[in-house]
Amino acid sequence: MIGFLLRRLALVVPTFIGITLLTFALVRLIPGDPIEMMAGERGIEPERHAELRAEMGLDDPLLIQYFSYIGDVLSGDLGKSVVTKTSVLDEFLSLFPATVELALCALFFAIVVGLPLGILAAVRRGSILDYSTMAVSLTGYSMPIFWWALLLILTFSVTLGWTPVSGRISVMFDVDAVTGFMLIDTLLAGEEGAFKSAASHLVLPAIALGTIPMAVVARMTRSSMLEVLSEDYIRTARAKGLSPFRVTNVHALRNALIPVVTVIGLAVGILFAGAILTETMFSWPGVGKWLVEAVRRRDYPTLQGGVLLVATVVIVVNVTVDLLYGLINPRIRHQK
Amino acid sequence: MTQSINNQADAVTVSEAPSQPHPLVEFWQYFRANRGALAGLIVIVAIVSAAFLADVIASHHPHEQYRDALLVPPMWYEGGSSRFVLGTDDLGRDIFSRIVHGAQVSISTGSLVVTLSLALGIALGLIAGYFRGILEVAIMRFMDIMLALPSLLLAIVIVAILGPSLINAAMAVVVVSLPHYVRLTRAAVLTEAHKDYVTASRVSGAGTLRLMLITILPNCMAPLIVQATLGFSTAVLDLAALGFLGMGAQPPTPEWGTMLANALQFIQRAPWVVTLPGLAILITVLAFNLMGDGLRDALDPKLKR
Repeated sequence: MIGFLLRRLALVVPTFIGITLLTFALVRLIPGDPIEMMAGERGIEPERHAELRAEMGLDDPLLIQYFSYIGDVLSGDLGKSVVTKTSVLDEFLSLFPATVELALCALFFAIVVGLPLGILAAVRRGSILDYSTMAVSLTGYSMPIFWWALLLILTFSVTLGWTPVSGRISVMFDVDAVTGFMLIDTLLAGEEGAFKSAASHLVLPAIALGTIPMAVVARMTRSSMLEVLSEDYIRTARAKGLSPFRVTNVHALRNALIPVVTVIGLAVGILFAGAILTETMFSWPGVGKWLVEAVRRRDYPTLQGGVLLVATVVIVVNVTVDLLYGLINPRIRHQK
Repeated sequence: MTQSINNQADAVTVSEAPSQPHPLVEFWQYFRANRGALAGLIVIVAIVSAAFLADVIASHHPHEQYRDALLVPPMWYEGGSSRFVLGTDDLGRDIFSRIVHGAQVSISTGSLVVTLSLALGIALGLIAGYFRGILEVAIMRFMDIMLALPSLLLAIVIVAILGPSLINAAMAVVVVSLPHYVRLTRAAVLTEAHKDYVTASRVSGAGTLRLMLITILPNCMAPLIVQATLGFSTAVLDLAALGFLGMGAQPPTPEWGTMLANALQFIQRAPWVVTLPGLAILITVLAFNLMGDGLRDALDPKLKR
């Protein structure tokens, strides 16, 4: 197990170096002079311009610039936003919990809806239920998230008036950010109204973001269950008179879950890409919306730092999933 | 190996036995049995013909603004007229004509994206799988790096560098979808490269290029065809998403995602301005996914009995 762990971790290092090269190149590939961009409309005198170039190390060879960038990154300095003048890392850390909360709720929706749908479809293979489940799943999988979010807003917020249109919580409430997760913070504050408000703000974005993972989970569960249900030990379990419920949910499901767990782990990338669109649609104050705005405002230090941080999170989650997977399924960790 | 569709010429000469159907016939039988795939194919044919015949089908020019007919509802709503079948947008442009021309935009950029990423992906995957060694490590590491970034984020970064336009968005989507093709090609080449027919070909003096492109590649095509079909749906989705974020096609181009973004403020007064382009995206993506699934079932030898 330790060998497996070390091998897996060793693979992370070159990937991470590659990501830093990419984000380093990003700012240099963008057309335009960074100092003129920072100066904005007012312009800047040539002497001050030269001074700043030297100060920022823009006259050094690229390799030196890269190493000083790596040094800054490793010491946690990801630069400052050109627009708000605050540290990129601080901004990221203040917005990240909102994205995680949204993504976790979306994942919760995906599993709670997708798993039973997949099981039912597999058990009743070839029935109308199976076909309609797969139709729903394929439609969900093909859904343009931004449009789906709009339909949800149009139906539930505008027409029915059940949920708020945007944001995380009503402006009426002022809750201390203890964990950064609005649902937990409002509970900790003991304000029932605030909790309800936070939950109602969360429902639609979570469904919008969770729809594609839900479709993936449902499909994967169905095909994995179908495979397991044709195994000999399932026939044995049935033959010895176990209830169908027990056979399905204990004997079959446990073994069918392994590929499903992997798919859920790999959904992190999908969730993040989706979060960019979902957060923009619902004005959700998270990392995705922040990055889109950084591009729109040409705030390149923010984009550079943000991309690096997001990539780091994705890498860490993927490695964790891999390690957990090795823990559940010993066959994996003994492969070369 | 008679099952693989692309070495049909060999297959036919080898299997003269009457019981063996032509591989293409066999493939069509599997594909036809899948009703969803067939439906997908029909819808795709319809969309592609609409794209080709856009100028004939569209009742109006997609940029023509009718100042006397702003936000007219579709004809089945109260106040709608048969002059504008699907209504008009905030500038009085005919939505039906814009959606039909949008099909042209989506299908042409989608084809461009799939062709380019397929060609580049096959080239890199073949090199990685055939030559192995340091080249393989370099290529695959690079693909891993690209996969570590959420696809849409990477596309946004590329558009930020190149500047927002339809063609730059298409290039971004090509780059983003590249790793999937490279991985698939490499994996297929790795399994094929050590089979007897390749050795036989090498022994009889086939050169490296011939081995790569003519001997091995055709036998790796099945998963790539499936991936290309599914890749078309991702391309359409990603291009629409970029257009929606203002990083793809720019107005007044009738691109579905861009149309949707520009109509957002009218969502309450005129929901059709928003629902119809989105529906067009959904139907197109769904059709390609259905057909991709059908192709997978028909081409995947593991699922065949």
